[in-house]
Amino acid sequence: MSDGHDTRETPQDHGHEHPKHELSYYAKRIYAIRDLLLEKGVITDKDIQSQVEYQEARSPANGAKLVARAWIDPAFKARFIGDPKAACAEMGIDAASINEFVVLENTEKVRHMVVCTLCSCYPRPILGRPPDWYKSFNYRQRAVNDPRGVMREFGLVLPDDVAVRIHDSTADIRYLVLPLRPKGTEGLSETQLAKLVTRDSMIGVMDALPALPPS
Amino acid sequence: MNLQAGKFKAGDRVTVKFEDRPGHIRTPWYIRGKTGWIERVYGDFLNPESLAFGRDGLPKRTLYLVAFNQSDVWPKAVGSKDKILVDIYEHWLIPAA
Repeated sequence: MSDGHDTRETPQDHGHEHPKHELSYYAKRIYAIRDLLLEKGVITDKDIQSQVEYQEARSPANGAKLVARAWIDPAFKARFIGDPKAACAEMGIDAASINEFVVLENTEKVRHMVVCTLCSCYPRPILGRPPDWYKSFNYRQRAVNDPRGVMREFGLVLPDDVAVRIHDSTADIRYLVLPLRPKGTEGLSETQLAKLVTRDSMIGVMDALPALPPS
Repeated sequence: MNLQAGKFKAGDRVTVKFEDRPGHIRTPWYIRGKTGWIERVYGDFLNPESLAFGRDGLPKRTLYLVAFNQSDVWPKAVGSKDKILVDIYEHWLIPAA
């Protein structure tokens, strides 16, 4: 910090931190926009902080809880599919900020997969921030024209008689895939089941994890 | 006044307009000009093409879940039973010929 390098990016002292390392073009643009929004009073530091905290508090564990409950309780599953936001509220998960929330139920013969080819629409209030690959050009292009190839790379090889339905989440709807309950999990508790529900299985690029073989 | 939520109903065959214009367009390029069918009527939503520019998003637009055969979207997907489903606002849809 004493080599003088950091003076180039030294921020004016206006109350929030700026990164000390070299920024990419887009990062510079984002910080410039943030500073303008703050300067013009459109948002406050507190707004930014509370949004960061809100996002950080969300995680795929929320989705896993919902899926595990749906697996063991058919009445809950019906409510989860019929009125997902109400079912979330029932489980203490706040999905109110989603405009419209739709649950896509996988079956032995149908697998759903979600992508946003335009940007990175994702059920953030439930699952938190999307993985980087979900936002990549590669995934966004290939999900719609080679979904089976993408699934194969995630380890899911589908027979021809299983139909794939790819959802391009372009508008106000947020989608969550309800994966199939793995075979041989009849004896597992709700908590144990939730551990099999990966983030990627709720995006639909793979199935839920198989039950561990009995030791 | 859009009390009846849209002019299309589930099962109607529709073609996505092939328009190229600037702005916050929520209709992906690859689906423009393609023909599919209404899978579900989602209801009326503020128009994101207006909201994105700080306007009021009115009038609301009916949003549909539109289904397409993979084979109708990608030439190489010939014979595929797979479907692609896209959320599309009504002003991008016309009845299929």
